[in-house]
Amino acid sequence: MSEEFEKTEYVSYLEHKGKYTGIRSWIYTLDHKRIGLLYLYAIIALFFVGAILGMLMRIELVKPGETIMKPQTYNGIFTVHGIIMIFMVVIPGLSVVFGNFFLPILIGAKDVAFPKLNRMSWWIYIIGCMLAVASQFMKDGPPDAGWSFYAPYSTTTSTNVIMATFAAFVLGFSSILTGLNFIVTIHQMRAPGMKFMNMPLFAWAIYATAWTQLLATPIVGITLLMLIAERLFGIGFFNPDLGGDPVLFEHLFWIYSHPAVYIMILPALGVITEIIPTFCQKKIYGYKAIAFSSLAIAGVGFLVWGHHMFTSGMSDQARWFFSFLTFLVAVPSAIKVFNWLATMYKGSIDLKPPFLYALSFIFLFTIGGTTGLLLGSVATNIQVHDTAFVVAHFHYIIFGGMGFAFFGAIHYWLPKMYGRMYNMKRATTAWVIIFIGFNLLYFPQFILGIQGMPRRYFDYLPQFQTGQIISTVGGFILITGLIMMVYNLVQGARKGEIAPANPWHGSTLEWQIPSPPSLENFDEAPVVKENPYDYE
Amino acid sequence: MSEKTVHVEVHRDDEASKLGMWLFIFTELLLFGGLFLVYSVFRAEYPSNFHEGSLELSVTIGAINTIALLISSMTVAMALTAIQKDNKKLALALISITLILATVFLINKYVEWGAKFEHGLYPGSPLMKYLDRGHLLYFSLYFFMTGLHALHIIVGMVLLTICLFKVRSGNVNSKSYIHLENGALYWHLVDLIWIFLFPLMYLIN
Amino acid sequence: MANNTTHTTEYKVLVRILLVLMFLTFVTISVTSLNLGAFSVTVALLIAGVKGFFVLSYFMHLKYENLLLRILVALVFVLFAVIVLITFIDYAYR
Repeated sequence: MSEEFEKTEYVSYLEHKGKYTGIRSWIYTLDHKRIGLLYLYAIIALFFVGAILGMLMRIELVKPGETIMKPQTYNGIFTVHGIIMIFMVVIPGLSVVFGNFFLPILIGAKDVAFPKLNRMSWWIYIIGCMLAVASQFMKDGPPDAGWSFYAPYSTTTSTNVIMATFAAFVLGFSSILTGLNFIVTIHQMRAPGMKFMNMPLFAWAIYATAWTQLLATPIVGITLLMLIAERLFGIGFFNPDLGGDPVLFEHLFWIYSHPAVYIMILPALGVITEIIPTFCQKKIYGYKAIAFSSLAIAGVGFLVWGHHMFTSGMSDQARWFFSFLTFLVAVPSAIKVFNWLATMYKGSIDLKPPFLYALSFIFLFTIGGTTGLLLGSVATNIQVHDTAFVVAHFHYIIFGGMGFAFFGAIHYWLPKMYGRMYNMKRATTAWVIIFIGFNLLYFPQFILGIQGMPRRYFDYLPQFQTGQIISTVGGFILITGLIMMVYNLVQGARKGEIAPANPWHGSTLEWQIPSPPSLENFDEAPVVKENPYDYE
Repeated sequence: MSEKTVHVEVHRDDEASKLGMWLFIFTELLLFGGLFLVYSVFRAEYPSNFHEGSLELSVTIGAINTIALLISSMTVAMALTAIQKDNKKLALALISITLILATVFLINKYVEWGAKFEHGLYPGSPLMKYLDRGHLLYFSLYFFMTGLHALHIIVGMVLLTICLFKVRSGNVNSKSYIHLENGALYWHLVDLIWIFLFPLMYLIN
Repeated sequence: MANNTTHTTEYKVLVRILLVLMFLTFVTISVTSLNLGAFSVTVALLIAGVKGFFVLSYFMHLKYENLLLRILVALVFVLFAVIVLITFIDYAYR
C-alpha cells in the first residue's frame, strides 16, 4: 500500500453526508465505523432479549415444579437463550463491534480490505437473526434440543430444528466473511512502516480470532447441513439404527464449538490488554508473549474439543489425550494474566470504569478458568458434567469474561466513537450492582452443581431450592445493573459532555485522531511508531 | 458541515483480492473436510460394505469425469496465460472449453444419479432402509458429497461465465485480470476436491 | 499495492502437467485391482495427494506465490489431517 496520502478536512463520520440520507445512510453504509455501530445496536438489543429469556428461566427455577411455564416451554427457552447468546451476541461480539470500528484505525488504515463484503456480512447477520426468530414462531414450535442440537434428539424432535439450524448456518457465513476480511486487512492494509510486531495487541487478538472464525466455522456449517439432511432424508450418519453414530455428531459439533469459545474470548483478552496499560499509565509488559499467546490459544484451541464429551462413550485414550491438551491450552491464557499483573505493578493506577471492568474481568475469568480445570480433568468431570457447575463455569468465562470485557470496551472507547463522555459516577455504581448481581447469580450454581443439580432441568429436588433462590435474586440485581449501565451509556453517547480526543491519556494510535474520527480515520498520514504504545 | 466529495479510491489491490480468494478456498476445503471426516470414520467401520457399494458405481463414467475436470483445469489456467499475453480470442475460446467440459461433467453426474434413482436408490428412499447399514451410509455419503461437489461445479460455472463476459467486454485484460485469476482458482478447487473424491468413492477395494 | 505481478505459466508447461495428472489417474485406477489390503487407502490418498500437489503448485500457481501463502495452504491441510487423526484416537480404541 504506497498510495499518495491526500490530506483531508475533518468531518466526523457521524456527520458525513454521502450518497444516502437517513436510515439508508446506515443500512447502505460502507464505513467500517458505522457497520461497527450497526452491529453494536443489534447485539445490545439481542443481548437483552437473551437476558430476559434467562430471567424467565430464573423465575421458573425459583421453586421446584411448575412455576410460570410448562416443561416444553422451558426446553424451548433454554434452547433459544443459547442460540441468541452464542450465535448472535457472543461469537460476533467484540469482533464485529470493536474489531470493525477500531482495527483499521489501529493499523493506520482508512477502512477494511473489502468494505462491500463487510456490509454484506452485516446484512447476512441480520437475515440469520430473522431466520432464528422465525424458528420460534413457525408451526412446529420452537426448537427444544438445546443450542448444541445433539443427535438423536435433534434429528427426531418434531420442533422447528431445520429453520433454527439453517439460521445458525447463515450466521456462520457472516462470521466467516468477517474473519476473511480482517485477515486480509491486517496482511495488506497496515500503514507504511507498521510491521506485524508494531501492531497494537488488540489487532493481534483480532488476527488470531479471524483465523479461528475462518477455519472452524465451515465445520459447523457442514455439520448443520448433515443434521438437516438427517431430518429430511434419514441419511443415517448420526442414527445408530441406520449404522451411524450420535457421538460423531458431538465430535463434529465441538470441533467447531470449542474454537468458537476462543472466538469469543480472544478479542476480549485483547481489549483487556489495551485497557490495563492506559489506566496504569505504563507500557504493557511482555508484548511478544501476549501476541504469540493469542496465536497459541487459537492453535491449541483446535485440539481440545473432546473435553465436552468425556461422558459420551469415547475411548479412554481419547479422554486422556483431550484432558492433557486442555491443561496445555490453559497456559497461554495464564501467561496473559501474569503479563497484566506485571503491567499493573508500580503503575499509576486510575480506577475509572473501563479499568473496573478490566479488573473484575481478571477476577471472574480466573474463577471461570480454574473451574475449567476441574472440568478438564476426566475424573472430576464425571461428577460435574451436565450439572449447574458447567453452567456456572461457562457463564463466568463467557459473561464474566467476554461480557465484562465488552462492557469495559464500550466504556473505554465510547468517547472516541461518539465524541462524548458518560457519567462516570453512574457508570461506577452500575458496575458495582452488576458485579454483585453477577456473582450472586452464578456462584451458587457451582455449589448446586457439585451437589448434583442437573442443567437444563425444569424441575429439581427441594434441597436445591435455597441456592436457586439466591441465584434468582442475583439475576434481578444483575439485570437492574445492566439496565442502569446501558441507560448511562446511551445518555452519554447522545447528550454527554463533549469528550477530548484522548480522555484517558492512552498511548495507542486511536487516541491521536479526533473524537469522533473523520470518515476515513486519518486526515493526515499516520506516522508509525515502532512501539505501538508510544503514541503520545 | 461542508459538502465534501469523498475521494473514493478506485485503487485496486489485486494481492488483497487474491489472498481473499485463497482464504475462501480454505473454508471450502474445511467444509468438504467435515464430510471426508465422516467418510473416513464409516469406511473404517464398514470396509467391505463400502467396497461393495463402490462396485455399484461406473468407474468408466467416473474416469471420464476426472479427465474432463483435469483438462478443464488446464484450459482455464491456459486462459489466464492467454489474457496475460493479451490474446483475448484464445482466452475466450479456452474459457468456453472449460465451461463445455464442466457441462459434460454435470451431464454425466445426471446420468449416474438418474440410474441410481431408477433403481430406487436415493436419500431417504424405502430401498435404502433395507440395505446393510454400511451400504446405506456409503450411498448417503455418495449422494451428499457428489451432490455438494456438483453444486460447487455450478457455482464455478457461474463465476467463469461472468469472467467470460468480462473478457469479452475488455473489463478483464492483460493489465487487470484478477477476476479471471480468482475464478480460475475457484475452478481448480473444484477439481482438487474431485481428485480426492474419485478414488474414495469409485475405487474402493 | 501489488498488481499484475502474477507469473505467466507457459502453455507447454500446463500441457505437461495435464499429462502427468492423466497418467496418475491411470495409475490410481490400475492400482485398485491390486490387493493391497490395509494399504489401499494410503496408496489412493498418496496418489491423490501427488495429483493435488501438482494442481496446487502449477495450475493454482502456488509454486510462484510468496512463501507465506504456501505455508498457510500447508497449514490448512495439516490442520485437517490432525483433526482426523485425533478423531481416530476415539474410534480406533472404542
